[in-house]
Amino acid sequence: MKRLANWRLISLFAILALVLSGCGEPFLSTLQPAGEVADMQFNLMKLSTYIMIGVILVVTIIFIIVFFRFRRKDDTIPEQVEGSHKLEILWTVIPILLLLILAVPTVTTTFKLADVSAADKKDSKALVINVRAHLYWWDFEYPNQKIVTSQELVVPTNQKVYFNLKAMDVKHAFWIPAVGGKMDVNTDNVNKFWLEFDGKKAKEAGNLFYGKCAELCGPSHGLMDFKVKAVSKDQFDAWVKSMQSVTAPQKAPDGSLVAQGQAIFNQSCIGCHAVTPSNKLPDTARLAPNLTNFGDRSRIAGILDHNEKDLKNWIRNPEKYKPGNMMAGKYPKMNEQELDALAAYLMSLKVQQ
Amino acid sequence: MSTYTQKKGFGATLWDYLTTVDHKKIAILYFIAGGFFFLVGGIEAIFIRIQLAVPNNDFVSAGVYNEIMTMHGTTMIFLAAMPLIFAFMNAVMPLQIGARDVAFPFVNAISFWMFFFGGVFLNLGWFLGGAPDAGWTNYASLATHSKGHGVDFYVIGLQISGFGTLMGGINFLATIINMRAPGMTYMRMPLFTWTTFVTSALILFAFPPLTVGLFLMMFDRMFGAKFFEVAMGGNTVIWEHLFWIFGHPEVYILILPAFGIFSETFAIFSRKRLFGYSSMVFATVLIGFLGFMVWAHHMFTDGLGPVANAIFAVATMAIGVPTGIKIFNWLFTMWGGSVKFTTPMHYAFAFIPSFVIGGVTGVMLASAAADYQYHDTYFVVAHFHYVIVGGVVFALLCGTHLYWPKMFGTMLNETLGKITFWLFFIGFHLTFFIQHFLGLWGMPRRVFTYLPGQGLNNGNLISSIGAAFMAVAVLILLLNVIITSVKNEKVGNDPWGDGRTLEWSVSSPPPFYNFKQLPLVRGLDAYWLEKMEGKTGMTPAEPLGDIHMPNSSILPFIMAFGLFIAAFGVMYHVNDKPWALPVMIIGLLITLGSMLIRSVKDDHGFHIHKEDLIDNNNKGVKA
Repeated sequence: MKRLANWRLISLFAILALVLSGCGEPFLSTLQPAGEVADMQFNLMKLSTYIMIGVILVVTIIFIIVFFRFRRKDDTIPEQVEGSHKLEILWTVIPILLLLILAVPTVTTTFKLADVSAADKKDSKALVINVRAHLYWWDFEYPNQKIVTSQELVVPTNQKVYFNLKAMDVKHAFWIPAVGGKMDVNTDNVNKFWLEFDGKKAKEAGNLFYGKCAELCGPSHGLMDFKVKAVSKDQFDAWVKSMQSVTAPQKAPDGSLVAQGQAIFNQSCIGCHAVTPSNKLPDTARLAPNLTNFGDRSRIAGILDHNEKDLKNWIRNPEKYKPGNMMAGKYPKMNEQELDALAAYLMSLKVQQ
Repeated sequence: MSTYTQKKGFGATLWDYLTTVDHKKIAILYFIAGGFFFLVGGIEAIFIRIQLAVPNNDFVSAGVYNEIMTMHGTTMIFLAAMPLIFAFMNAVMPLQIGARDVAFPFVNAISFWMFFFGGVFLNLGWFLGGAPDAGWTNYASLATHSKGHGVDFYVIGLQISGFGTLMGGINFLATIINMRAPGMTYMRMPLFTWTTFVTSALILFAFPPLTVGLFLMMFDRMFGAKFFEVAMGGNTVIWEHLFWIFGHPEVYILILPAFGIFSETFAIFSRKRLFGYSSMVFATVLIGFLGFMVWAHHMFTDGLGPVANAIFAVATMAIGVPTGIKIFNWLFTMWGGSVKFTTPMHYAFAFIPSFVIGGVTGVMLASAAADYQYHDTYFVVAHFHYVIVGGVVFALLCGTHLYWPKMFGTMLNETLGKITFWLFFIGFHLTFFIQHFLGLWGMPRRVFTYLPGQGLNNGNLISSIGAAFMAVAVLILLLNVIITSVKNEKVGNDPWGDGRTLEWSVSSPPPFYNFKQLPLVRGLDAYWLEKMEGKTGMTPAEPLGDIHMPNSSILPFIMAFGLFIAAFGVMYHVNDKPWALPVMIIGLLITLGSMLIRSVKDDHGFHIHKEDLIDNNNKGVKA
């Protein structure tokens, strides 16, 4: 028994060490909340965990006593106890009280998180973003700013951002773990919720949060990542302005590699990919990620490192990196020289110098 | 597998099982089929953990991973856990209430064969162009988009096996209401019988919504309906509601019988009557009732609005109360008892902390606003594996060891049993505890891989190592079964020595008519009461007389087989195959024809005569 107890103690410490070291990565973990919503949810998690650890302790104590005291020692028949009303009332009433303690903040928080009235008001100044989920990529429209971007969401810190979510093919779910819980992206209706990005925490996370699709949506569900650039209000306004200033595709200097790339792009890619941020097309007509600021982004297709080599690999065979995606096979095969040119062009698509 | 079947050749034994309507043999059929599917689901689980052991792994491709993951869930829930539970219900419940069989032995056989052919059909996807790949929840937009026949296998296979389950549930309800032995009042029924009763009621109310959902899906996919096509005015959220109105009670359909098995185990090996029997019964019924009020907690992130979310959150928390009552009642059953740690008791004892962890994370999940973080992550995966493995699978393993002598007449080896337990227990916690944290660290569920650099590598590796332990444990259990069957050392009525309920008062395995004379039940734990008064058996409630028994029949097998054939016709009808329609018609004709034969042909069964019963004292007679 002694050995067993020691073993339990060691494993307890191991678990404790794991817990202390294990709060996950600041850009991804719900245990390092980086915003008002995540904070509220983290507080609920803590409250429920404390209550539950209390319950577990009580059970464990009885459990251990039973284990040591009531092992069979001889052949006597124990007294056949029917029950005990006092005890039974006790372990009915106490759990009810514990659950009430949890239920009240649960209900209030649920209502707080669902409150999007500020964005629904007429002439509201709130920042609204229309999220459109497609098989394995994300489209972000800023209706009041009249711009569209994809795959990399840009948001100002320390203010509420309102999201309108809708799926264009199958159901997805929109989740930025460090900043707040998820919301399903339905095919049937627009779901609305809000998040707030904390400036200080964003800095700790390198101003780049990871976003995920949380609802099974097909083979590449696990690769349907997006990134969130959380920047200060000023930087955000500057970004919006520079996006808005792009009204026509940027023109590359004649004869350069970039210009060759642009020619290829205009021949093979522009049917689906836009390189201007205007939101004149309806969401159903935006067939592929908007590439206006592709050169500014941090990942290719949401998952690959942002360099020309990976970009060329991706264009060569997208199916290899994101099985089941809608891009593969929609454009002619390209030789190395064409790929070089195309990659150079795409990397040159920047709105911020 | 009683003595007289072993004298028969293989062909005769096979025919015996194909045609049997005996609840004990049907239990063995459920046990073998459920055990087989449990191994299949287990292999799928191992593939999942191999694929996720390291980031960016390419052990299986993304599409195949989704098929494996879908089939793991579907197989484990519908084709392993439920049939294994049905095996114990069939084997034990009629004995516990002192009945000679279930109310409708013929229907009981149909139930099994429906489940079996449905399950086989579901798994044929692997060989015929792809298994279902939309998750065991089969959410509409993805399922209706899924190419190939994978989801068709899911829809039709589950439809067929679901019929079987529904019939089984009705059969058990009728049995418990009508066939209790003299003196067996409701409040004297053993807790396993009570949980069977409530579970059967849940099946009765929960399976119709699933059937409706599957029908709509089937018509969408195969006959051009648009129930779930948003552009045509359909609605995909309806599927989620239908699925979870079934799906949540399904969780209790699985766990309540598990509670029943544990209740028996605690009482037997503590040598003490169940503490707070009435409140245990009350809690069981309450859990069953509340189980229908909480389905939308699977849909908190769906955008149902704060009012619905708040109501369902509070209702869900309420379920914690009766479950807590049960936990404390079990603990206090052992308190003051004389606890013997046999293999079944190992599982029952370990179940308490394991299930409490699963229970408290359930309450955490019920907190709607916080659930937005947990939902569809590995936290949920950890939670439901803690309740389903830590609760249901522990109960199935517990029941396997506990009831093995009653079902097969031999005892599984205790040493090997304990080795199995420890490996399984350690492996289980190693696999799933860390998954709570993986979820909180931002890992969504149902991902076929994850990229490095997200802090998820170590946790996943630990989890995969744990799965290996569980796999070894199951292999040792199989070894134990083989060794025990080869040795074939028969045991007596009450091999554990502390049996309390009626099933331990008859031989192991019981004669095919169960009770020569129906027993008189004089209180809770009827057999224990007699033993305490120094008697060796039950007092009969009737004079020795002829026993009316049902005839065996191959019709249940043929009926289910007809639907199995029709299923191919229904499915390939979509591809405009010329043979599809005839096959569908032939299949349905086989089913309807055998139903007609059953209806018009008189089958009065047969009688075991009084003289034979006296001659074959306690040995079982030849049919």
